[in-house]
Amino acid sequence: MKTPTSGYQRPASLTDAAMHYCAGCGHSSVHKLLAEVLDELEIRERTVGVAPVGCAVFAYFYFKCDISEAAHGRAAAVATGIKRALPDRIVFSYQGDGDLAAIGLTETVHAANRGEPITVIFINNTVYGMTGGQMAPTTLAGQITATSPTGRNPATMGCPIRMCELLNTLEQPYYIERVALDGHGGMVATKKALLTAFQTQVSGKGYSFVEVLSPCPTHFRCSPQDSLKFVGQKMAAQFPVRIFRKEGVPVHA
Amino acid sequence: MKKPEAAFFSRVLMMGNEAAAEGAIRAGCQCYFGYPITPQNELTAYMAKHMPERGRVFIQAESEVAAISMVFGASVAGARAMTSSSSPGISLKQEGISYMAGCQLPAVIINVQRGGPGLGSIDPSQGDYFQATKGGGHGDYHIIVLAPASAQEMHDMTMQAFILADQYRIPVMILADGRVGQMMEPVRLYEDSPPPAPPKPWALTGAKGRPPQYIRSLFMEERALEKHNYELQACYRQITATEIKAEETETGDCEWLIAAWGTCARISKGVVQKARAQGIKAGLVRPITLWPFPHERLARLARRSQVKALLVVEMNCGQMLEDVRLAVNGAAPVRFSGYPGGRVPTETDVLNALIELTKTNHHGKVEQPAV
Ligand SMILES: Cc1ncc(C[n+]2csc(CCOP(=O)(O)OP(=O)(O)O)c2C)c(N)n1
Ligand code: SF4
Repeated sequence: MKTPTSGYQRPASLTDAAMHYCAGCGHSSVHKLLAEVLDELEIRERTVGVAPVGCAVFAYFYFKCDISEAAHGRAAAVATGIKRALPDRIVFSYQGDGDLAAIGLTETVHAANRGEPITVIFINNTVYGMTGGQMAPTTLAGQITATSPTGRNPATMGCPIRMCELLNTLEQPYYIERVALDGHGGMVATKKALLTAFQTQVSGKGYSFVEVLSPCPTHFRCSPQDSLKFVGQKMAAQFPVRIFRKEGVPVHA
Repeated sequence: MKKPEAAFFSRVLMMGNEAAAEGAIRAGCQCYFGYPITPQNELTAYMAKHMPERGRVFIQAESEVAAISMVFGASVAGARAMTSSSSPGISLKQEGISYMAGCQLPAVIINVQRGGPGLGSIDPSQGDYFQATKGGGHGDYHIIVLAPASAQEMHDMTMQAFILADQYRIPVMILADGRVGQMMEPVRLYEDSPPPAPPKPWALTGAKGRPPQYIRSLFMEERALEKHNYELQACYRQITATEIKAEETETGDCEWLIAAWGTCARISKGVVQKARAQGIKAGLVRPITLWPFPHERLARLARRSQVKALLVVEMNCGQMLEDVRLAVNGAAPVRFSGYPGGRVPTETDVLNALIELTKTNHHGKVEQPAV
């Protein structure tokens, strides 16, 4: 493993392309951390990623590794196909909450249940960013979105789905962690979680899942600073930040 | 008991579904992803047994949507990959088929058709012709569609499908039906090593020693989608120029030309002999590739002066009928004999329809199918 470079540099696994994300968006931060992990584990040249349909749909312009498109929600199944065909490659999917927890819930749960030795990176920003800030399965109760204009009403719209908890009921996953991208501490924690997840796959241990509570200032309708607070306070209150599964064993709160 | 010679095994009694599965295995299919549905279950079960035995990939997916997405992934990685299903499941696969068409990914999809719409029935049908040949999923694309009529052809065409898919980087569908899939017949198995796959420099295998690359169907840059779609069309033109296949029976002097595909073509072959025994000069044209469709061949046959009329025979309400009428373009009257309820017509059914045709005036009117 390569030692992390000191100072603020562009990771070798990122291209020079200017990212299209809004200012303060969690996607760009997670891209950077993910690229650093590919660098440090020296796996860029044997990694194949799967991009979602969502704001990160153009992920293939930003990473210097092979990346495939997937239909909306199907990333875990596409990653399954790639990993089964090329078991010695490192395969990850990168998905938003609409992609992973709504339309792709089935694919997500079953890939985890089979214990596919892939790494799933789940960007939970409580909204459908790309299509204009609609309600997601993870939208908080009372949260105003384009399709819950008076706030999410649990009585008719359900409550936010906690994906880590849901997947933790399954036998096969090896590593499940939720982190919050709520500032510097969150960046460090996210990097560590991503590193553990990819190490899990590199050492052939099994399925790894990292949920990142992530800011979307545009659809939180607040400043980037305030959106970090939203992540660290409101979101973290609904989605406990912790390790759920370590070395295949559930970790109790 | 004395062990038979190895060669003995080259001719075996098999169901069409199993013959297709064995064809896929012998074509070097590395990954199979399925989901149970009648009348194709024997195919999935065969793969469940024989793929892992050979160290190849078998997954019973959580749905047809997932199965085709796994095929997508395996194809992205450069593997020969296949899925199979029947009509309702094929509807679910259309998302993935459209994406694979857009991403120019090879794959083989077997549709052992059953009745529809909706759950329809589990009986044989040819109701998915439109879906298979006119797109099926969203967008401006085609896939190659092959129509087998026997267990032997299930075997041979499945093998051929892998070759075509790799050659043109396109999904290929085997459009069978419950009759072809579940009928047992002697099958001569392909004994050679798998046909070699062409190099796949586009596959995503990790960016070792080369620049990273990606596979996508999304083109947001100015005019990029237009360019991409023209590229797809150029590929379709090439396929149309080289891959059309049709079979003719007794067409040389025929006055009454039957046009039928798959199971109906096989039945109609017998009808031609029976009709000729009664002095009716019948012939048969059987499209084997449903897309690309043998338009020119049909037009040429229909324009022959002795041809009095065409009879299209299908287990639906008239789907290939539209392509035949387009091809014939008024050169001869086109009539229809359809069986849309899961019933496989007998030779007598079709013969009677043909005899009826010989007795009527031919103004190009298309009859409603007798239900
Ligand atoms: C089948 C299908 N349905 C709907 C859409 C439209 N669509 C594009 S992105 C998206 C949701 C993205 O939200 P999310 O997964 O939360 O990711 P984010 O944009 O927030 O990162 C939807 C519904 C689509 N592309 N395909
Ligand atoms: S809409 Fe939200 S998720 Fe999408 S790029 Fe902007 S901030 Fe990021």
